[in-house]
Amino acid sequence: MSAATINSVRRTQWFAAAIALTAGLIFSVGLTLGGMTDPRKVQGFLDIGGLFAGRWDPSLAFVMGGALLVSLVAFATVKTQAAPWASAKFELPSRRDIDARLVIGAVLFGTGWGIAGFCPGPALASLLIGGADVLYFVVAMVAGMLIAKTWFA
Amino acid sequence: MMHPYTLSLLGGLLIGVSVWLMLVGLGRVTGVSGIAATALTEPRSSLWRFAFLLGLIGGGAVFAQVFNLHGVSITSRPWLIGAGLLVGLGTVIGGGCTSGHGVCGLGRRSLRSLVATLTFMAAGMLTVAVIQAVKGASA
Repeated sequence: MSAATINSVRRTQWFAAAIALTAGLIFSVGLTLGGMTDPRKVQGFLDIGGLFAGRWDPSLAFVMGGALLVSLVAFATVKTQAAPWASAKFELPSRRDIDARLVIGAVLFGTGWGIAGFCPGPALASLLIGGADVLYFVVAMVAGMLIAKTWFA
Repeated sequence: MMHPYTLSLLGGLLIGVSVWLMLVGLGRVTGVSGIAATALTEPRSSLWRFAFLLGLIGGGAVFAQVFNLHGVSITSRPWLIGAGLLVGLGTVIGGGCTSGHGVCGLGRRSLRSLVATLTFMAAGMLTVAVIQAVKGASA
């Protein structure tokens, strides 16, 4: 690669990082505003028995609904865009198969989600405010990710 | 003060805006578990991933101060550690979490992500039902 090309790649990398930083900030406001950093609300949504006992918390459905509304428009309209602003090409998931790993992974994840009321986004967004409890969860989550990447890749 | 559900909807819309920005800017889906796991295993090509995580973690801390929120946990530490392991293992093995499969996958109208989302929702609901039953039995 020529020096000019390398410079332009570096510029693009920092541009991409600036966009990602902004997106991460917006994501964290969304989670916080939506109440998703409070695991009681998450568990309150998953508590289907609460529907009959009058304690069900639909907050998560509103967050998912709002996010999905925008996401559907985003993915439907992006098809007309030739290339992303800060990258040479789109790198979207291409897999369509439904295999045992997908289902087993989702069962493991859902079980942990139900126990702690945290999925990865809200856990990371509460990392610095949740004290030692969230830290324990996040360290274990990262360990689980590395174990899966190493032995179940 | 707005109704909590209005705030939740507004929060969801903002998450959607973040997903949109990542899509048009980087051409990628915003899957938090994938971003975190890949940042750790491929750090050299992960500048943007670390930037996103910095925004997510830093933003979470700043906005918790702004809204005067405190961290809450709903279970004991051994359970939190077990749950964290399950979430880490499950999201890597299943290729996504609430954001990657839920918000982005459903947004792309992927059947694979729909199956994953329905499965982790059902597993979460079943788990909470068991927890409630055990609590009820011991109360």
